[in-house]
Amino acid sequence: MAVLELKDVAKHFGAIRALDGVSLTLEPGEVLGLMGDNGAGKSTLVKIIAGNFPPSHGEMHVNGKAVHFHRPIDARESGIEVVYQDLALCDNLTAAANVYLGRELRKGVWPFRILDYNAMYERSRALFAELKSETRPRDLVRQMSGGQRQAVAIARTRLSNSHIVLMDEPTAAISVRQVAEVLQLIERLREQGIAVILISHRMPDVFEVADRVAVMRRGRKVADKKIADSSPEEVTALITGALEAA
Amino acid sequence: MGNSQTMQALKSDDIAEQTHTRWSALVSSQVFWVVVATLVACVVLSFTTNSFATSQNLFNVTRNFAFVAIVALGMMAVIITGGIDLSVGSIIGVSGIVLSVVMHAGFSIWAGVGMALLTSVLVGLVNGYFIAYLGMQPFVVTLGMLSIGRSLAMVISQNRTIFEFGPDGATLLAIGGGSIFGIANPVWVLIVLALIFGFVFRWTRWGRYVFAIGGNERAAILTGVPVRRIKCSVYAVAGLMCGIAAVLEVGWLGAVTTGLGTGDELRVIAATVIGGANLMGGVGSAFGAVIGAALIEVIRNSLILLGVDSFWQGTFVGAFIIIAVLFNRLSGTRSEE
Repeated sequence: MAVLELKDVAKHFGAIRALDGVSLTLEPGEVLGLMGDNGAGKSTLVKIIAGNFPPSHGEMHVNGKAVHFHRPIDARESGIEVVYQDLALCDNLTAAANVYLGRELRKGVWPFRILDYNAMYERSRALFAELKSETRPRDLVRQMSGGQRQAVAIARTRLSNSHIVLMDEPTAAISVRQVAEVLQLIERLREQGIAVILISHRMPDVFEVADRVAVMRRGRKVADKKIADSSPEEVTALITGALEAA
Repeated sequence: MGNSQTMQALKSDDIAEQTHTRWSALVSSQVFWVVVATLVACVVLSFTTNSFATSQNLFNVTRNFAFVAIVALGMMAVIITGGIDLSVGSIIGVSGIVLSVVMHAGFSIWAGVGMALLTSVLVGLVNGYFIAYLGMQPFVVTLGMLSIGRSLAMVISQNRTIFEFGPDGATLLAIGGGSIFGIANPVWVLIVLALIFGFVFRWTRWGRYVFAIGGNERAAILTGVPVRRIKCSVYAVAGLMCGIAAVLEVGWLGAVTTGLGTGDELRVIAATVIGGANLMGGVGSAFGAVIGAALIEVIRNSLILLGVDSFWQGTFVGAFIIIAVLFNRLSGTRSEE
């Protein structure tokens, strides 16, 4: 069964059709590369899935159940997690504190509930081990490499029982070595049966890690096919409009 | 088996790293050097003057900085979120006046203290509401409140000096001016409050969120931290600290003018900055607020005892503010390289 299913989703901002009749399915453990030029509707689509705003038209199903998101927290409760482009990390806090930000574990009885540091360190350590990252729970994010910071942001998505992870341009502003680390992290998510939507401008990354590629142009989905059946040349042509659809 | 060995290795590794970072973090922290500076100043003064290490002088020094330090604790929370509160001096003024007017009218000390603390929290909440919910700049809002608070103090008291506090007057004077085990009451209050703040910063979710907001406000919003509520609450807490300081200060002085607390905002901000707070937010500690206030008072006291013209005090305190921030900046850039 599809973990995520969008049927004929549209979004209008006044007279502007940011998104026009987009349907999309995502299977567990599938990595979908979502590509398109600026203004093609990628980020609108992602914001709808992440619950930043509801669609003007269309349906959305998670694990076969119809969902209506009004706030990001609604999406999170349905098992959809987002890794933001700037990672949304606090440099002045430790890795574990960032993983648990907004969802801190506490112990004790009200009103004497205190942060459960040990539990948060242990669980973070296990999550980093799961992701095969060298990130240490007690290190300050300020002192971390780009790859380690990505691991913190991705570990955050593993806290709850998430099924879908949206990643917004995770490889846009990091070094080549760190890109490889991030792609490995995506592999780890796939191994655990999590569906990933990877929004990216970088063709090589999508072709290395994704199972499928979807291309957006002017608010419409113009292609959705297996990576093996496509090529970077074809996707480029689809993005620019040299090729109408495929 | 293999797994438990790995765990063991991880743990010992962790400890080694921790001791290493703890020591280097200590030496590179501004608070550490402010403590050193304060201790050195105290030792030098004990030898060079006959009057510093007397119990009377130490009693005075600790009591004098307690008022500033109590308010600095609240200011620390505000500055850690990346905000600033310029209205603390005026909140001290207006809540001191409310206390005096209520008690002067014959009400009990409970009514007086209750009204004073309520006033201080309310003023703080108004600050917090405009900053957190209407998105205004803390500097502007609290600058306005600095003016409003001072003016309200004059309105409420008709600009009189009040030195009679009704039937419970003696109790008020005993609270602010008295001492227990040879330590002035305001110092005891400071100790208790500093311990509470230290605990709250480290062990509660509220404390964690205060630091998170100062570190990256947008990240805090995206991860579901109730940013507005927390930001509003830090200004209310800062207000409450002003109210507590006002009650103690009125009791100690035994008389109140509408000038109570004038200029305190600068002393308080100086104490927090010397104590390691970064005006960009995300950095600070309860201990830092206390030690920052202590260093300023020790400098002030030493200049008096050494017979330096009191006109020089501002120069010395100001120089320490700049040196402390400069030090912070130098150690900050070194660790980033």
